[in-house]
Amino acid sequence: MTEHSPCPVQAKFWTPGVVLLAFLTGCGAVAAAARFIGGIGYVSHLSTARPWGLWIGVDVASGVALAAGGFSTAALAHIFGRHQYEPVVRPALLTAMLGYTFVVLGLLVDIGRSWAIWKPVFNWNLNSVLFEVAMCVMIYLHVLYIEFIPIVAEQFKGKVRIPGPLSALNPLIEKLLTVADAVLDKIMWIFIIAGVVLSCMHQSSLGSLMLIAPTKLHPLWYTPILPLLFLTSAFAVGYPMVVFETTVITSSLTLDSEMEILTPLTRITIFLLGLYMLLKIGDMLYRGSYVYLLDGNAQSNSFLAEMIFGVILPWCFLLSEKIRKSRRGLFITCAMIVGGVVLNRINVFLVGYRPPLTQTAYFPSIGEILVTVGLISCLMLVYRAAVTYLPILNASRKEVQV
Amino acid sequence: MNLTRRNFFRLAGAAGAAAAIKEKPAYAWQSKAPPDPYGCLVDLTRCIGCRKCEAACNRVNLLPPPDVSFDDQRVLDEKRRPDERTYTVINRYYSGKTDDRDQLIPTFVKVQCMHCQDPACVSACIVGALSKKENGAVHYDVSKCIGCRYCMVACPFEIPAYDYHNPLTPEVRKCTFCYERISEQGGRPGCAAICPVEAITFGKRSTLLQLAKDRIKKNPAVYTDRIYGEKEAGGTSWLYISAVPFEKTGFIPVPSEPLPKRSESIQHSLFSYLWSPIALYGILGGIMWTSGKKGAGEKQAPGGEK
Repeated sequence: MTEHSPCPVQAKFWTPGVVLLAFLTGCGAVAAAARFIGGIGYVSHLSTARPWGLWIGVDVASGVALAAGGFSTAALAHIFGRHQYEPVVRPALLTAMLGYTFVVLGLLVDIGRSWAIWKPVFNWNLNSVLFEVAMCVMIYLHVLYIEFIPIVAEQFKGKVRIPGPLSALNPLIEKLLTVADAVLDKIMWIFIIAGVVLSCMHQSSLGSLMLIAPTKLHPLWYTPILPLLFLTSAFAVGYPMVVFETTVITSSLTLDSEMEILTPLTRITIFLLGLYMLLKIGDMLYRGSYVYLLDGNAQSNSFLAEMIFGVILPWCFLLSEKIRKSRRGLFITCAMIVGGVVLNRINVFLVGYRPPLTQTAYFPSIGEILVTVGLISCLMLVYRAAVTYLPILNASRKEVQV
Repeated sequence: MNLTRRNFFRLAGAAGAAAAIKEKPAYAWQSKAPPDPYGCLVDLTRCIGCRKCEAACNRVNLLPPPDVSFDDQRVLDEKRRPDERTYTVINRYYSGKTDDRDQLIPTFVKVQCMHCQDPACVSACIVGALSKKENGAVHYDVSKCIGCRYCMVACPFEIPAYDYHNPLTPEVRKCTFCYERISEQGGRPGCAAICPVEAITFGKRSTLLQLAKDRIKKNPAVYTDRIYGEKEAGGTSWLYISAVPFEKTGFIPVPSEPLPKRSESIQHSLFSYLWSPIALYGILGGIMWTSGKKGAGEKQAPGGEK
């Protein structure tokens, strides 16, 4: 078993990149404020024909898909016992936790009655796919927070020092952390398995959402196996997303590249992405939807882009051991897979969504884009702060004592 | 709860066995349509496009005053859709048919919620704020609504509209079938009650279907032999008969299979009694236990380790 020692990153926090993120977060906050003052219609291009736009397609659907690294690495390292992958579990868990938190924040902006977001807990519609998705996301978010507690405990146990008037709470928080850490150590397996099960449930059900609109979703995407495609693509994108963000963060903080973990990790992706590719192509052949491939319209072009640049090409790249061992090659390949899955979600919820009566095109407004960019920037900002203050990332290899 | 590993596997095993038994009679979707709902039959050959129904709808539903007066026929020059301030609109179509003096004959089409028998919006609604009532109305309960707008995604007729400019308490707005009015003895929807040419007939859906068939049978030269809404989306409470083919007057093709059927079938066969999550939990627990034993020979699963 590989020992590893995650520790807080020792680096200057306010770099130009971080300042830019803070600025974009501010812009997003302004747009979000405008939405809560003037209404959704004030900042967005949403309409009767287009009730779901960029916020659902990107903030929610893509956000959930890209947070798949959390459950897929946890399954690999903790359920299948591949402990050599431990170093990427914590960053992936942080991504998932922040990802889902921001999915909920995105939903708060998107739904009309944000203050009523708790109502599904008491008003069940078991026929509603969205109800199942909402319940799973809600429970999974809590599971993620629970899985994160030991990391906080590891850093602050025995050294809770809140200054000022709240310092009276220090012993209490200390005690809570110690107890939680001790209890969770024994029962964490319950939450780890639950996290994987809940993820499988709602990743697939996100695809089922569109099954109720056969006349609206373009036949290139509308298939009864949409839930299966969403699930397998979530499996496929999990590890590439880990590679993508690990490479971004290790190069921006000049840490060890971790290639000796990432290269074997993506060998698994050959199988997972291959499975998704087979299902997707097989489904297209079975339903005969390939007749739309050369229509030359937005839908067919977007589908081709999604398949060629997001699935087929990167899968071929992964077959080459040389590319998998090259940091740049692997990064580009994984970025393509991540992009492919995001494009798939955008296609299903935006490009492929064609209401039969109202054929006006939808393009997100500045306000919608600002909110989305702001949320993503804020997520990266919090991620940066978390790795600065909490033991998430591996120290550079040289410092690890085996 | 004292859920030891052994107990847990017993539970998972039992759930798995139960699931295996259940597999034989696969989940059979059943329509939840009310048996004897009310409906409205709109006879497009009778409608003269006077827009009195629009005015009545506005009045009985206490909707905000319109931008253009209901007496102004110029609004018919453009195709309109119902919106958050207008539950019904009349559109004018020219199919190419002409009268004796070579004047194009207009066909007027009233648009509102179709009040499907198995509504997609009701199936989709995350909180059950939308419901199909026994009397046929698809009813919206704002007190449950969270504003997710999945009903709007689901509706094949693009009917529900949204208060996009209300920042905190927006509502989904659509034709109510005058739920309160038709719940009373002898009550009729505002539009059906006012129609001066009896283009809108209110009654039991089964009676209206018969009436529609009789009219078509008596005047086969006038009517196209089709009742829009008889089969569309599994049947709707609102029915239309017309002299001009429906494709030429803004009616879209909608599958005759109730829209909730596919999603509900998949959803329920996967998740009824949570059999699949429980089975998956059991399988993953088994794998975790085995791999944990192989790894370090430890009693506890490797979840909590550092």
